[in-house]
Amino acid sequence: MNIPYTVEERPDTGLTNGKLGIWLFLASEVMLFGALFSTYIILRTGAPEWPHGELNVVLGAINTVILISSSVTMVMAWASLKLKDWAKHRLYLIATFVLAGVFLVNKYFEYKDHFDKGETPAHSTFTAIYFTLTGLHGLHILGGMVVMLYFLGPGTKLWKKNPDQFTNRVEYTGLYWHFVDLVWIFLFPILYLL
Amino acid sequence: MHSDAAEIRKSVRTYMLVGAALLVFTGITVGANQFHFGVPVAVTVALIIATMKGSMVASIFMHLSHEKKWIYGALLLTVLGFLILMTVPIFTTMDTIGQHVPAIGGAAAAEHPGH
Repeated sequence: MNIPYTVEERPDTGLTNGKLGIWLFLASEVMLFGALFSTYIILRTGAPEWPHGELNVVLGAINTVILISSSVTMVMAWASLKLKDWAKHRLYLIATFVLAGVFLVNKYFEYKDHFDKGETPAHSTFTAIYFTLTGLHGLHILGGMVVMLYFLGPGTKLWKKNPDQFTNRVEYTGLYWHFVDLVWIFLFPILYLL
Repeated sequence: MHSDAAEIRKSVRTYMLVGAALLVFTGITVGANQFHFGVPVAVTVALIIATMKGSMVASIFMHLSHEKKWIYGALLLTVLGFLILMTVPIFTTMDTIGQHVPAIGGAAAAEHPGH
């Protein structure tokens, strides 16, 4: 059975089902991260003192640059498909995947440094919320990488069968990826700088 | 969503410019942090820059600057829900758990508990 409205837009919403679906999913994600941001505010305003300068700002800034660059490569991967340039699409998608990997490698070294110093999540309220927020964000990066890997591997078959549907799927992946970037844009200043 | 090749090529330039602007704003965020403003100013500056960056990502990369009304409707509900979540911390300051509540009758009742 074919999934309806994957390429053509539904007459009532003016959207493909996938587009509306991914936006509703992102809405639920806003609530998930929103609850944690709210928790952060409660913990921070209720704490008699809050550590400052415990995180590596340089590494955090590098990761911000990496994620912003990956957002550019992701949107370019979609734009290349719209221009029917398969080779460029592959190049940009691989670049996005690699940048995501570099982000996680940086995060691994950052986490390792904290654990080596005994700064586990149980160490303080700050480390607890830091590991919760960045850990959840890291899992989202990992999830995005799995999807990208699919579109670099077995998912490519759809391009030959239905290029428009494939292009739309890459667009939805991009929307998710930009959201992950957006979350980091807020996480970086509140955890590393303030 | 634009589908015309010329439109896409035009958008590509915008994506690159926005990407560069986001990197510049990241530099400004880190740079502003070196000035050691007071906490209220630092929080305000950092959140204003983060909001500007977030708006750029949402409007250009996520194409929210020209989306359908169903998406805006879903986002409006999301913003509403998010604002409710952000007001939760205010309610935590309104509870009285752990606060001293004076006994009825005041100090006299406390001095003569038998009466």
